[in-house]
Amino acid sequence: MKYASKRWFIIFVVPTFAAFAIAFLIPFLSGLYLSFCEFRTVSDAKFVGLKNYLSAFSDNGDFLNALWFTVKFSFAAVIVINVIAFLLAVLLTRGIRGTNLFRTVFFMPNLIGGIVLGYIWQLIINGVLYNYGYSITSSATFGYWGLVILSSWQMIGYMMIIYIAGIQNIPTAILEAARVDGASPFRTLRSIVIPSVMPSITICLFLTITNSFKLFDQNLALTAGAPSKQTQMLALDIYNTFYGRVGYEGVGQAKAVVFFVLVAIVALLQLYLTRRREVEN
Amino acid sequence: MKKILSLLLSIVCIVTLFTACSEKSSAEVYFLNFKPESADVYKEIAQKYEQETGVKVKVVTAAANTYEQTLKSEIAKSSAPTIFQVNGPIGYESWKDYCLNIEDTDFAKLLSDQSLAIKGSDDGVYAVPYVVEGYGIIYNDAIMKKYFALSNRATSITAADQIKNYQTLKAVVEDMTARKAELGIKGVFASTSLSSGEDWRWQTHLLNVPLYYEFRASEDYNDPTIAGLNAKEIAFRYSNNYRNLFDLYTNNSISEKGILGSKSTSDSMAEFALGQVAMVQNGNWAWSQIKDVKGNTVKEDDIKFLPLYTGINGEEKQGLCIGTENYFAINKNASKESQQKSLDFLNWLFTSKTGKDYVTNKLDFITPFNSFTEQELPSDPLAREVVRYMNDDTLETVPWIFTSFPSDVFKTEVGGSLLEYVQGNKKFEDVEQKVKSMWKSERK
Repeated sequence: MKYASKRWFIIFVVPTFAAFAIAFLIPFLSGLYLSFCEFRTVSDAKFVGLKNYLSAFSDNGDFLNALWFTVKFSFAAVIVINVIAFLLAVLLTRGIRGTNLFRTVFFMPNLIGGIVLGYIWQLIINGVLYNYGYSITSSATFGYWGLVILSSWQMIGYMMIIYIAGIQNIPTAILEAARVDGASPFRTLRSIVIPSVMPSITICLFLTITNSFKLFDQNLALTAGAPSKQTQMLALDIYNTFYGRVGYEGVGQAKAVVFFVLVAIVALLQLYLTRRREVEN
Repeated sequence: MKKILSLLLSIVCIVTLFTACSEKSSAEVYFLNFKPESADVYKEIAQKYEQETGVKVKVVTAAANTYEQTLKSEIAKSSAPTIFQVNGPIGYESWKDYCLNIEDTDFAKLLSDQSLAIKGSDDGVYAVPYVVEGYGIIYNDAIMKKYFALSNRATSITAADQIKNYQTLKAVVEDMTARKAELGIKGVFASTSLSSGEDWRWQTHLLNVPLYYEFRASEDYNDPTIAGLNAKEIAFRYSNNYRNLFDLYTNNSISEKGILGSKSTSDSMAEFALGQVAMVQNGNWAWSQIKDVKGNTVKEDDIKFLPLYTGINGEEKQGLCIGTENYFAINKNASKESQQKSLDFLNWLFTSKTGKDYVTNKLDFITPFNSFTEQELPSDPLAREVVRYMNDDTLETVPWIFTSFPSDVFKTEVGGSLLEYVQGNKKFEDVEQKVKSMWKSERK
């Protein structure tokens, strides 16, 4: 038996591993290598050491500005998305009429692609602002809140479904016991529901934080960084450095590596912090 | 038996996985087109060429303003473009490792003026311009005639072609704005499109005029483009002239200043085509955009050009801005055979009867090639206007010196500050400063 499984191992794992290597591992490693190179197209790279990393931070303030804007955006987006998604989940597990319809409606925006959503919201926001002689590019504040609204609209439904699953998993016995003991709804929420859905909170925070940091299509379609790159997020800055600037391909690549490390650190830190608070039912 | 079967199956799986990656394209001529407005015509040309010669030409068109991105990823592929485009000396600098020396080819020899080609440091010919274009202020003469028929107008001239300088232009435009209800228009100028990627008419084309006068005054170089290429810093001496015309556009526009940041070039061309405005700054390539607008009210005979008057001394003799930023280059890394086939295709396009017919009547190109006679010119009204201005000896053509602008980043940054200026978040002095500082930092 042992002998057989060793032979089959190769047959089953190799195709999957090959796909993983081609689509992820090799591009990732060559990307890492390219961040130390100067190149025009990915096939003519020349090694230059740490130069790209230095100019990513020192050349102009773009990268740090984008980083700061991304952090500000993620902060607002994560709070807004999770609070609203959780409240909706609480509401939609009370057995009110039309629960299924509402769940579907709130989830639907998630099925539309980011670019399309970006243009739709650009039209809506401009449609409102035009009345006052403004457009979304008039000030970075418009772009900032536009992005928060847009990504909330897109992600709330998805997070809501995860929270609903978490809430439905709470054993009814505990809830009944609480009711018998005379706990107020707020008390039940605080002492039973929230601790029990901690695993869902972990997942939702993880998803919203990483998605907010990695936001690209929505940013490109809604403002494209206007005015003057003030609403440019990290992913868009990397894209613009790589493609928009001759001779800066390596710098773009270096920014991408820094970006990867940053997202990984933030995500792991968050996982570590919320995991500690999870309770076993 | 079962084992062998499953082994076979998995091998098939792996093999298909790998063959999928190494799929070969059958086309040997691959043309990466820069002009989205001509995408369909090039498809037609490719089909026609295949019918006539049996050689397959693959045409891919990059979306507006993404040519450099598309080229960058396409040229790294194993079936890379064999014909691509560089946008002048600066573009050549970044792609020179991929340009073939085509000095001794029939195609390069078609150029009637060899000095137009882009030469490398070894004096070989590496890129050949294929179209000459002009831009200025396009106006709708029907609306202008209506204005000049008004008895209570405040200006003394009697026709649009008597506008010979900025002062007259300004007086006419401002008087027209005051009477726009009588004229049945919503504004004199179409929207000054400033959304991202749509601001090239201002940060590149309009900026060409003041910088041309600055470089022309250079003592070290006769050719203003070369003076521009060698300028480490600029004084932006005519910044106020730049501001003159830019402000005239935005102050007499169909759109409020606050919403210009969401307008695109096609928005402006549509406004012009629908007769909502009398003027728009653009080039002769815009004809296809005007005539294809549904509900177009502009008649072919009414569409004319005015030079970009900015109030510089002696501008009465200034003509349109005429030049090229479209150069064909052949990929050095392609196989010898497909390089030859690509050159053959270009030769066919610009010398054969069928090819030339497409060039003049469908692509509407004014070419710099000696294979075209003076009768073989495009029939569209804007191209005819460009030719008329070119042949007018009393006028001085403004060359496209913007091919010497240091980089695309320079242009986008200037465009960004123009947007902030229009929206009132910045002063014009900031734009001026941006032009100077970006020139210096981008020209290394």
